[in-house]
Amino acid sequence: MRTFGFPEFLFILEAAKWTVALSMIAFIGGAIGGLVIALSRTSDSAAARVLSGGFIQIFQGTPLLLQLFLVFFGAPVLGFDINPWVAAGVALILNSSAFLGEIWRGCIQAVPGGQVEAAQALNLSYFYRMRDIVLPQAFKIALAPTVGYMVQIIKGTSLAAIIGFAEITRAGQIINNATFQPLIVFSVVAAIYFALCWPLSFLAARMERRHAAALAR
Amino acid sequence: MNYTFQFGDVFAAWPLLLKGTLSTLQLSLLAMLLGLVLAIFCAWGKTAGPRPLRMLINAYIELIRNTPFLVQLFFFFFALPALGLRWSAYTAALIAMVINLGAYATEIIRAGIESIPKGQIEAGLALNLKRYEIFRFVILKPALRAVYPALTSQFILLMLSSAVVSAISAEDLTSVAANLQSQTFRSFEIYIVVAGIYLLLALSFSALFRVIFRLSLNYPDRR
Repeated sequence: MRTFGFPEFLFILEAAKWTVALSMIAFIGGAIGGLVIALSRTSDSAAARVLSGGFIQIFQGTPLLLQLFLVFFGAPVLGFDINPWVAAGVALILNSSAFLGEIWRGCIQAVPGGQVEAAQALNLSYFYRMRDIVLPQAFKIALAPTVGYMVQIIKGTSLAAIIGFAEITRAGQIINNATFQPLIVFSVVAAIYFALCWPLSFLAARMERRHAAALAR
Repeated sequence: MNYTFQFGDVFAAWPLLLKGTLSTLQLSLLAMLLGLVLAIFCAWGKTAGPRPLRMLINAYIELIRNTPFLVQLFFFFFALPALGLRWSAYTAALIAMVINLGAYATEIIRAGIESIPKGQIEAGLALNLKRYEIFRFVILKPALRAVYPALTSQFILLMLSSAVVSAISAEDLTSVAANLQSQTFRSFEIYIVVAGIYLLLALSFSALFRVIFRLSLNYPDRR
């Protein structure tokens, strides 16, 4: 039987790159989807508001694990060839689109209404009003909660272990099955996640304090 | 797409699904109650406790908030029994959920406590209330009221993340779904139905929380 040593540690550490890669895919995809959702939620069209509201309700009202299962087991049914990579990527992108969309909706609505009215008075079209007036101001408000949400994405990638995607948690399970030293194995797994997430949490909290201080002035 | 959906097997198993729903409900409700108690204690410690206690609580919060729930679950189910603490999957799941919720809810309640105006606490002192009386009657209720939306959405998030406890084979709705799946091979249909049940649970919880707010926290705010 193997004992937990440096090679085992390296095996888990190396799996961290898959956690990071999956998190980046989820964040980039989720950012694009989230922007679409946030703009639909704040748009003038009732249909867009209802559709995006329903999307958010479904993805915030069901467990991420179930969303992962639905993509993983549902795609073959619909005729797509799927592997854990794609399933985890798609499920996490959809999930973070809903959450980022809802966060950013709040940020867009936090931009004072006078700004929108001024843009309308200048006869700016929707595109330029959003691109040049509303979104840059919303971006500043959104920065801290968005960085905070990245932590949620990294933690969410751990669920991909359940469908067999070899990231940190799965690597920990594999090593645990080989060494039967769960205490040290899962401590190491937790420590790697902590090392990934804590700097982001710290950064988010600092940004939030700075933003609050800037507003108080 | 040439696939015929067959929900027959899924609906035929409704007693199992109901049992799973009730276990998820029971597990979540218990974890919410115990987690709330833990969080109130930790929030008190963090705002009024001695320095070592504050540091301990901070470390606990940071540790839990920066690691995934699944890893915490594995830790409580696989790692702690290796130290001699033996418990069932259900107990491990419940403890992991309470510890997890406790960390998030502590931060939320702390924010509520800090939003209480100083004059209110001084008024309590002027009335010669004891420290715990001030905490109980002057601070806690308005603090919970101030953060009620954030607190209850954290509760609902906990209920949803409890789906993960099926990974350590604790009995819940998702583990029932996984069992059904291996018997009937109707995985897509089963997970659609179960996701629907979770959505219903989430909506019922938010309705329940609205009722609780109206019954116990809905007093006029004079500020």
